[in-house]
Amino acid sequence: MRITLVIPQMLRSTVDGAGTLRLSLEEEATLRQLLDELAVTHPALERRLRDETRTLRRYVNFYVDGTECRALDGVATELGDGVEVRIVPSVAGG
Amino acid sequence: MSSSVLLVIGTRKGLWLARRKDGRWRLTGPWLPMTEVYSVAIDTRGKPRVLAGTESPHFGPTLVTSDDLGHSWQEPEHAPVAFPTDTETSLRRVWQIVPGPSGEPGVVYAGTEPSALFRSEDGGSNYELVRGLWDHPHRAEWFPGFGGQAVHTILPDPRQPNRILVGMSTGGVYRTTDGGAEWTPANHGVRAYFMPENEYPEFGQCVHRMARNTAAPERIYLQNHHGVYRSDDGADTWESIAEGLPVDFGFPVAVDPADPDTVYTFPLVADAHRFPPEGDCRIYRSRDAGASWEGLGEGLPRQGFWSAVMRDALCLDDGDPAGVYFGSRSGEVYASSDRGESWSRIAEHLPDVLSLRAAVV
Repeated sequence: MRITLVIPQMLRSTVDGAGTLRLSLEEEATLRQLLDELAVTHPALERRLRDETRTLRRYVNFYVDGTECRALDGVATELGDGVEVRIVPSVAGG
Repeated sequence: MSSSVLLVIGTRKGLWLARRKDGRWRLTGPWLPMTEVYSVAIDTRGKPRVLAGTESPHFGPTLVTSDDLGHSWQEPEHAPVAFPTDTETSLRRVWQIVPGPSGEPGVVYAGTEPSALFRSEDGGSNYELVRGLWDHPHRAEWFPGFGGQAVHTILPDPRQPNRILVGMSTGGVYRTTDGGAEWTPANHGVRAYFMPENEYPEFGQCVHRMARNTAAPERIYLQNHHGVYRSDDGADTWESIAEGLPVDFGFPVAVDPADPDTVYTFPLVADAHRFPPEGDCRIYRSRDAGASWEGLGEGLPRQGFWSAVMRDALCLDDGDPAGVYFGSRSGEVYASSDRGESWSRIAEHLPDVLSLRAAVV
């Protein structure tokens, strides 16, 4: 199945300036599997989204068709064909 | 001070570069904006390389390098400093970056939070965990101070590369003589007042910073969480050199690279009152290895200075004489070209200064 990953401006330098990535994943793939795929294909991006224990970074959000993954099943959220996953850094800091 | 000095300034919101040429300072930045730069280093063993440990509040920590004196930065695709999977641990921050001795030109060490030592053999691009320290049976009993549980000081012996000292808060001083396989605590004589049942434990001290120079590697200075000490036997034993200082609390300590008797510190009143005494900004210097101290304030704000100097924000360059520099939590950087006798402000209104390194380039 095909997934569209939307990259925020702050992270585009890790993917040669791309605003979106189109990824092919196995049927019923989850957000975790999407991130595992990124760890292979785009490690400089993936390590900014998860630490080395594969825990999501606290101030990075993943909107799956408009709903943040933590309001769904977290990294176990199933994605489905054609889903858009949007990476959104939290509004934080001073 | 030489006519060409690079001063790298790590702050809570990025990095600034100050370059001194023909007696004038020129400041550029921010570089690496919106990252906390807790550690910087300038490796002058070959073509100068600048290294910085950065932490993005959003995207985590990393370690970057620059081979053009800080104007462009590189890092590998994979995390340069990362805990192996079996440790089930993640890197919080790189607190310290130290190039190895001149006899090991590719070696660079990184000290981290949580407390661990990493070693690079490719000039500081990629690092591996030093397992001997990580697997130390004491590790479960090290605990974090206000700043976190970190290895913040690394002192490779310039003459014997297999001998390395590290300092951590808390935990204290540990020493290896075999390149990192075995580590033993080296805190004999260093007080831990917060452990009332035994104020001189084998380990558990809250060391804030250590310093030594290449001329006399057996002599080490230590600013403790209350207490200032010197060792003349490679950390076998420590003796207090706090007599003559107004107070014994503070964070940084730095030694002249050519003169092991000349040492600098920045006292704060107490752990519960972290201000310069009477709001008077003064660097304290000893020229007799801590037997006596003098406060140096010419050119510094002598009243109303309620800021502080962090553990890695006091340094010297490698000129002759060595320039002395410190940065404040209030975003000012001061420099002295006469061994601290007088000071000039070379930067102001920066974010909190966390780390400083200077070198003749």
